[in-house]
Amino acid sequence: MVDYSPLLRRYGVFLAVVLLILFNLAVTPHFATMQTLSVNLTQVCTIVIVGVGMTLVIATGGIDLSVGALMAIAGAMSPMFFTGELFPVPNIYLGIALGIVFPIIIASFFGLFNGWLINRFSIQPIIATLVLFIAGRGIAQVSTNGDLQVFKVPEFQAIAIGRVLGVPFQVWIMVVVVIIAAFVLRRTVFGRQVLAVGGNEEAARLSGVPVKRVKLIVYAVSGFCSGIAGLIVIAMNSAADANLIGLGMELDAIAAVAVGGTLLTGGRATILGTLLGALIIQLVRYTLLANGVPDAAALVVKAGLIILAVWLQRQEHA
Amino acid sequence: MKNFRITPSLAVILVLVILVAIAALRYDGFLGVYNVQSVLRYNSMFALVALGMCFVIMTGGIDLSVGSVAAMCSVVSALLSSYGLFHGLAGGIAAGILAGLINGVLITKLNILPFIATLATMLAASGTGLLLAGNQSVSVSYDTYFTNLGQGDLLSFMRPEWVDADEVGFLGSILGFILSFPTPAWIAILAYIIGGVVINHTSFGRHVLAVGGGTEASRLMGLPVNRTIFFVYVISGALAGLAGVILASQFGAGQPIEGIGWELFAIASVVVGGTLLSGGKGSVAGTLAGALLLGVIFTILNFENGMGWISLSAYWQSVIRGLFLLVVVILQSRLTSKDPADSLKAST
Amino acid sequence: MNAIDKSFGSVTALSAAHLEIMPAEVMALVGQNGAGKSTMIKILNGAFRLDRGSIQFDGKPWAAGSPQQAQRAGVSTIFQEINLIAYRTVAENIYLGRELKRFAGLLDWEKMNQGARALLARFSIELDVTKPLGDFSTAIQQMVAIARAVSFDAKLVIMDEPTSSLDEAEVAVLLNTVRQLKSEGVAVVFVSHKLDELYAVCDRVTVMRDGRTVAVSKMADMSKLQLVAAMLGRDLADVRASGATAFGEGEKAIGEELLIAKSVAVGRRVSDASFDVRKGEIVGLAGLLGSGRTETARAIFAADPKSKGEVRFDGKATNFKSPADAIAAGLGYCSEDRKVQGIIPDMSVADNLTLALLPTLTKMGMIDEAQQRKIVLRFIKDVGIKCSGPGQKIRELSGGNQQKVLLARWLCMDPKLLILDEPTRGIDVGAKGEIQSLIQQFADKGLGVLMISSELEEIVEGADRVFVLRDGQVVAELEHSEISEQAVMRAMAHGASKDTEFIEVQHG
Repeated sequence: MVDYSPLLRRYGVFLAVVLLILFNLAVTPHFATMQTLSVNLTQVCTIVIVGVGMTLVIATGGIDLSVGALMAIAGAMSPMFFTGELFPVPNIYLGIALGIVFPIIIASFFGLFNGWLINRFSIQPIIATLVLFIAGRGIAQVSTNGDLQVFKVPEFQAIAIGRVLGVPFQVWIMVVVVIIAAFVLRRTVFGRQVLAVGGNEEAARLSGVPVKRVKLIVYAVSGFCSGIAGLIVIAMNSAADANLIGLGMELDAIAAVAVGGTLLTGGRATILGTLLGALIIQLVRYTLLANGVPDAAALVVKAGLIILAVWLQRQEHA
Repeated sequence: MKNFRITPSLAVILVLVILVAIAALRYDGFLGVYNVQSVLRYNSMFALVALGMCFVIMTGGIDLSVGSVAAMCSVVSALLSSYGLFHGLAGGIAAGILAGLINGVLITKLNILPFIATLATMLAASGTGLLLAGNQSVSVSYDTYFTNLGQGDLLSFMRPEWVDADEVGFLGSILGFILSFPTPAWIAILAYIIGGVVINHTSFGRHVLAVGGGTEASRLMGLPVNRTIFFVYVISGALAGLAGVILASQFGAGQPIEGIGWELFAIASVVVGGTLLSGGKGSVAGTLAGALLLGVIFTILNFENGMGWISLSAYWQSVIRGLFLLVVVILQSRLTSKDPADSLKAST
Repeated sequence: MNAIDKSFGSVTALSAAHLEIMPAEVMALVGQNGAGKSTMIKILNGAFRLDRGSIQFDGKPWAAGSPQQAQRAGVSTIFQEINLIAYRTVAENIYLGRELKRFAGLLDWEKMNQGARALLARFSIELDVTKPLGDFSTAIQQMVAIARAVSFDAKLVIMDEPTSSLDEAEVAVLLNTVRQLKSEGVAVVFVSHKLDELYAVCDRVTVMRDGRTVAVSKMADMSKLQLVAAMLGRDLADVRASGATAFGEGEKAIGEELLIAKSVAVGRRVSDASFDVRKGEIVGLAGLLGSGRTETARAIFAADPKSKGEVRFDGKATNFKSPADAIAAGLGYCSEDRKVQGIIPDMSVADNLTLALLPTLTKMGMIDEAQQRKIVLRFIKDVGIKCSGPGQKIRELSGGNQQKVLLARWLCMDPKLLILDEPTRGIDVGAKGEIQSLIQQFADKGLGVLMISSELEEIVEGADRVFVLRDGQVVAELEHSEISEQAVMRAMAHGASKDTEFIEVQHG
């Protein structure tokens, strides 16, 4: 008998996506439409973008629980710029530019703060980022007083719902983020250093890898990605609600990373896997919903998927 | 006591006492029956969840599922509450134990990292809760004694009238204070006493700490490592179940979407309470103090607003809690860097 | 134990191995790495199950399903690393797993503390048993581990390299303990790589090689040379002729000063280390365990901060802030612990080999993979790394080949000075020789080498000069003809350190 298991492990995630699509083509009515594609892609965009940052963090052996809170901070802050709440904006495009750039910078800074805590005090990442998980949403709520900020600025909303070549703009953002991150991880020195830090931190340090800088950067990148995702969320909803933006995102992102095949203990990572992982989770959910299974049951299935993915990983590593 | 030194847990208890004392002096009615009852009633649930988390963290693990398990169990017990108090209670705890069993199997049999295993049960439990509840909160039965569990005050019938008089004296007011505790608080107190005894005075408790202090060493010493790890997750599940029952009973409904973020609140309580997140060293009493400390911040904020000097929205509480965690974690990192375990590593 | 077979997947760890121990006998169990000693021990103490064969213990068939069962039945094991819980108290560590109880299953702390005190008194140790174990020295922790093993009323105690982290005085104490166990009728299986210890304490010896038992003999009937020959599976003449190491002999022209360390101090471990290395020279750094060798090396490389002292490198005063600085200046450091501080297990041979070099192999931040491959292939050939190709994961290689990759990691940087901390520890004899001659070869080309080794022969034959550290101080510098095992040992042992006095007084 031929042993298919190495192949299965290597292409299992990809295979699962293909099987899900085939299954849907056969079973789910109206599956092969642009509509379905758009729906499914827009559902995963923010998860994938945050998941990319999370993949890099996990590749160094860390974790970032604060992503959802950072999304909330970025999302809650952005409208203040382009609605002229903070100061009158002479030009709507300038306002929008500020409303995009500043929140992302701020989210990146909070990410840096996470990295700094971890480096400076040798705090475990799960606890260091727990600080901002708890405080971050509070910061967003305090800055907006917890109020819902509704706005109607089509120029800004274009980043989520505008279409280029018939595909929503946010999907393009996702694609660009994925390609850049995959390239960095695979082909650059920084990518190797990320994996080296996750694989054996002390060995990396003794080989001259700037461990602290690498960590600082991945957490900042994670904050950066969260910032982008936060903006996409408010652009989609044409409203910013600090209580809800990115709620539970940390779990979705970690789930996508885990299902995608990145080693949760660090040292091995795949950006493409994270994209596929998010797609699998979404497709399963869509398949169930489209065939009349309640959304809550999809949660249980998602749990099963995570366990299955991680269990397969363990089998390989044992 | 020749070995007396201020441990992190002791420090937290001291901070809590000082904070409460200052608040009692500063705000009228801070230690009044109404405030004490509402603070304790609400925070007892967190305290129970934190106790389970404390056991888990002492073994070096983590249980992210407690919040949604509590939510699921609140639904289960609400559904069973029409059969009576006992059915609701037993059903809720049993559901929690089931979740704990699943965690235990995933972690000890399939060797899945606790972090990820409990993340999965978290999703599964919240899905199950929503399914059972049909996506809405489930009203409990008011025909049975079920709501007494969360809404009652167990010993208040013993509370004599005279303790509310002005000239009642110190002991009298203490007595009145204690007898006014709500039922959930008594449940939590009992749970913590049992928890403290188990950790300090049973083999199982010592094994919990030993496993957290060195899993491989414990295995080689012949300790039942897997069984110990398995049981802490069952305990954590059971306590989350109990918290869920109280949740349903207190608010008169099973709440499938409650419990979000409870796990992180519980972790924060445990860490603030002086338990090492890497396991092996910790304190049950400190965990209780940690949970109360984080809970009391909210109340103090309310009272402070009431004084009219400052006006901080309720949203500040999470910022303050986060800052608190930050301070504690930084202090802890200072302490552990001088820890014996490190000197052991250095010398071998 | 008779005709024991054990396989892991397709790898056969033991085939028809046997081991026989008499009551009150100290049996040496020796063999190279991978000979099957550890597997044998783990089968005996219940950690592994055997595939085939039989074990009899005390006249009855033996089938321990776990270390715990084995302990209960009278077989206790003490492992190389101290396997106790540092956070817990001494008494707890002794009683973990079989706590003494009062009514209702509650623990009887008082009785346990008393029992622990009494037990340690048998080994003439007096300490506060309610303090965390981690507060005590390694030697004390080791003794606690032995006391724990003995307290199980063990009939057989297995010691797996118990002396590897003890200094000589502590070893003496441990050997006394072994003798005491023997006098109490307890049998001991003693695994060690240090031949002198074996001859000092063991009655008989079982030699294993490639999963088989190749020799069983009375200790006194077997010479050291015979023992080594049996372990290596070589002819006696062969061993004698090749010498113990692969370092070249004779002297060579030595270049100018490369590294000068003046009064370097590191925390409490190193108080005053002064030494120098010249170009093309192999300088040995000798000393007992805990004398501060590794700490000194790490401070030079800026892996840890030094608290005092000056370091001049290549003619300039330096103050490296991090290993990255040191590397940029032309240093390299091969750490003592390959697994923990050396390899990145999930990465390929190529990435491991070029980890330090990588930042220079770039075009605009991108890795120049063609260039990388070229360098890796060259070093795989030059250094003689046995692997399926540059893409193979390093964790799949043998210890010796991993070490060669780590050496190549530095050699490909073309460093001026290479610090080697125990370069041949835990490596099979063949690879050991190759690594030694490699070091020699590069030193001949002008590389300065600072070599730490616990193996006297490696220091004596390999080094052009030797500095001896004792208690964090350099106490001797030996040159060329002065270098001999005796001279080095004399310097290491010169005067008694405080620790030794402490132990000796206690054992009166």
